[in-house]
Amino acid sequence: MRFFEDMALGQRRDVGSFTFTADAIKRFAAQFDPQRFHLDEEAGRNSLFGGLAASGWHVGSVCMKLLVADAQRQSAEAAALGEEVAVWGPSPGFRDLRWIKPVLAGDTISFASEIVGLRTSESRPEWGVVQGRHTGTNQRDELVYSLLATAFVPRRTVRA
Amino acid sequence: MTLTFNDFRPGRFGTFGPRHVTREEILAFAAEFDPQPMHLDEEAASRSMLKGLSGSGWHLCSIVMRMMFDGFIENTASLGSPGVNELRWLAPLRPGDDLMLDVDVVEARLSRSRPDTGIVTFKCAVRNAAGQTLCEMVSPIMVRRRDDAVVG
Repeated sequence: MRFFEDMALGQRRDVGSFTFTADAIKRFAAQFDPQRFHLDEEAGRNSLFGGLAASGWHVGSVCMKLLVADAQRQSAEAAALGEEVAVWGPSPGFRDLRWIKPVLAGDTISFASEIVGLRTSESRPEWGVVQGRHTGTNQRDELVYSLLATAFVPRRTVRA
Repeated sequence: MTLTFNDFRPGRFGTFGPRHVTREEILAFAAEFDPQPMHLDEEAASRSMLKGLSGSGWHLCSIVMRMMFDGFIENTASLGSPGVNELRWLAPLRPGDDLMLDVDVVEARLSRSRPDTGIVTFKCAVRNAAGQTLCEMVSPIMVRRRDDAVVG
């Protein structure tokens, strides 16, 4: 993964895509969000979603899955080049999560992340605070998901 | 009885739980959705900022969703949610935690575009058995009005 100093406002990365099958939607919903429109095709068709719809928490978790996979690819590339690999810290949270359109069974969502905020932390000088706008777009180019996330990213310069 | 829009008034709505969280489910969720070492590997986790194995924040969110479902959404005329205004992860989810969920209604208003629908904004705070708040979230949910409330 990258260090704080490697990042610039406006940098955007495509982090990958995921097809939400009916089985995957139902499996997540059965465990975490068993509202009928996430479990049953007919209940989904009769809902505001118009079809079997993924739980919003499933969409967010899949976005996280692809972000982590992308970061791990970057780490592997850095390691292969003999560069130091940054280990990111936890996230203190997010704002402005929007489930803009339903994610229906069979939809393929492509996720991307753009850096929209960079600041240093006074209380933790070895960490930078990065704000990223994560988005998900379906196969019809419709924006379906958007989130403003915050994460702690290690700084190169302050480290001993 | 199904809860409709009129059943949600500003103030404390309820407290739900406990929900016990096992190490196995923390590892299973992390392996599928958030395979960072701090969620998967004891040794790496002990060296992380969170100082010990912790559950994915997305796992905690998903558990909160399930606690809300079991607590009241199962019996609510819910039409889904447009999003989350703000979510803060304040302390790590640990294996063995017994979670309690406090739910407040912060606002209940009618939808401008859909007269049969209300928008109820909830504040949820999930805490462990020691009383430490792990996560706070403010999120609206669309809730159908009672049929007889829509006429006129």
